[in-house]
Amino acid sequence: MAADDDVESSSEELCLFYKDREEWKDVTPVPQDDGPHAVVRIAYSERFQDVYNYFRAVLKSNEMSERAFELTTEAADLNPANYTVWHYRREILKALNKDLKQELEYISEVIQDHPKNYQVWHHRRVLVEWLNTESNELEFTALILKIDAKNYHAWSHRQWVIQTFNLWENELAYVDTLLQDDLRNNSAWNQRFFVVSNNTDCDDATVEREVTYTKEIILKAPNNESSWNYLKGIVSTKETIFNYPGLDEFCQTMYDKQLKSPYLLAFMVDMCEDKLEAGVDKETTLSKATELCTLLADTIDTIRKKYWDYIKKRLVSRFSEN
Amino acid sequence: MIMMCPSVAGTPLKDVTIKADAPSELLLQKHVDYIAAYSDKVNDYEYVMTEYLRMSGIYWGITALDLMKQLPKMNKEEVVSFVKSCQHDCGGIGASVSHDPHLLYTLSAVQILSIFDAIDAIDVDKVVEFIRGLQQEDGSFMGDQWVSDICGEIDTRFSFCAVACLALLKRLDVINVDKAVEYVVSCKNFDGGFGVRPGSESHSGQIYCCVGMLAITNSLHHVDPDLLGWWLCERQLPSGGLNGRPEKLPDVCYSWWVLASLKVMGRIHWIDKSKLERFILACQDEETGGIADRPGDIVDPFHTLFGVAGLSLLGSYKNQLKAVNPVFCMPEETLTRLGVRTQLL
Repeated sequence: MAADDDVESSSEELCLFYKDREEWKDVTPVPQDDGPHAVVRIAYSERFQDVYNYFRAVLKSNEMSERAFELTTEAADLNPANYTVWHYRREILKALNKDLKQELEYISEVIQDHPKNYQVWHHRRVLVEWLNTESNELEFTALILKIDAKNYHAWSHRQWVIQTFNLWENELAYVDTLLQDDLRNNSAWNQRFFVVSNNTDCDDATVEREVTYTKEIILKAPNNESSWNYLKGIVSTKETIFNYPGLDEFCQTMYDKQLKSPYLLAFMVDMCEDKLEAGVDKETTLSKATELCTLLADTIDTIRKKYWDYIKKRLVSRFSEN
Repeated sequence: MIMMCPSVAGTPLKDVTIKADAPSELLLQKHVDYIAAYSDKVNDYEYVMTEYLRMSGIYWGITALDLMKQLPKMNKEEVVSFVKSCQHDCGGIGASVSHDPHLLYTLSAVQILSIFDAIDAIDVDKVVEFIRGLQQEDGSFMGDQWVSDICGEIDTRFSFCAVACLALLKRLDVINVDKAVEYVVSCKNFDGGFGVRPGSESHSGQIYCCVGMLAITNSLHHVDPDLLGWWLCERQLPSGGLNGRPEKLPDVCYSWWVLASLKVMGRIHWIDKSKLERFILACQDEETGGIADRPGDIVDPFHTLFGVAGLSLLGSYKNQLKAVNPVFCMPEETLTRLGVRTQLL
């Protein structure tokens, strides 16, 4: 909090309080009111108090003016999470028919300072909706993702922009660059599925390409939850994982090399279950599946022992020859 | 302390380590004192800065105190009066006086009044009307109303808020429940989880909202409990803490979002209880009271509630903590008194 205090004291030196400005003399400020019985002892920044006293006043009188607009800028600057301020600002933007492109530039700055704030991203989306243009949304979200590749708001906004303005073309390539940076980025894997499932029919060629792509990444870092989830997800659009060509050998090879990743083993358990459902090699497969579950429960993934015991029990009760 | 923990196959996973001298017992009285004193801090910068969520802040404090059997420490009349003063003409309730009405704070308000058994302090019919007006054609819910052509935010959190609020008020019939369910189901992902909107990444917080919404509307058959249950129990890291999505750090609030979801789906035992308990206890602050997101960080009422609620769900400290309802995050006895039931697997 100390850093915020420093910023505020320097701003206070530059700006006149609203209560001291001639052009605001016609407005009666509305003080903080936390309820009828609260005794409010105010010790926080005078500037904050001043700005919000006047904000509450114009909100009350519903003033739609340039000075009220500037006031919202200050109010948002002091507390960007205040949703009432942003809502009011949007009303003024409309009422005064203000330059939305300029507003887009403004909100870009604010988002960069507060990238995890719901209100500023929603504000941006509304602006883009009003402008009805893709503007530089892909570029902007990429900028934010460069700083934090998992920013949930950025991804969500990006998805909306892509869907609304049909910007699918280069998205897979973009996702690939992020995965090159961090192959454990679950958001990037999710985006991959988003593109493939929305923009293609998940045809055989696409799925094959995706499976090859994912297998390569798994080989680089086998203990990666996202890549295994994706593999299962993408194959499942077409086929059970057991039936998909090459996956059985792919897993078995890693297993034989003593690679004891819990995700590999979990995937193999899933494949066994598919095999059992198809009635293939029941006895051997069940034995293999229960062996894997035991390994996971007792050695490899002991924190989830209860889960693996449950899976083993479920497999046995469903498929044993009793 | 945050570090990269080597995994089985030698590649790093994000997690924290718990120091040997971290708190290992529930410091209940300290948390009670922390919460009780919090609303006195009206002169604090942090308190003023969080005015935009005050209603939720009060709900977190009240629920935490009630779970710790210390609700009388809150001034009921003052709180009820405050809630009443935040209801707008349209029926919606804002975070604080002179803050716009919003579904998030409308739910918090109704939760507060339900716990205090003072729901008549507000105009219930108007609240119901406000919520009904937020449902969109595709079944989704906005957080606040359309004003001219300014579209409100759509978020599965709001689907939860809407049905939870209406369920507490016994007025679920006013919305199109089938459509609401349809929208939530459209947010289901390939990994079994749910995101904020269709296509969005699975996230523990959103999953809690979607699973809760489906439980309230008796629609849990849309969930694959083994698949989602596995994704959720995968949130548990070696430290015992839970994260929100793969390759993220653990956070005490996920002790609630993840645990409650698993409880609703009948699979809470898939989490290693003693390890999670140890993590939550390590997030306590021995000096100030309260619970933080992870060990050593600064505490706040939000994490204090979800840490305490998580412990209650785990069945820890049964003598000291009341049972908590996994869908509403309110004392179970409040839901019983209201006669509100949800589906549970």
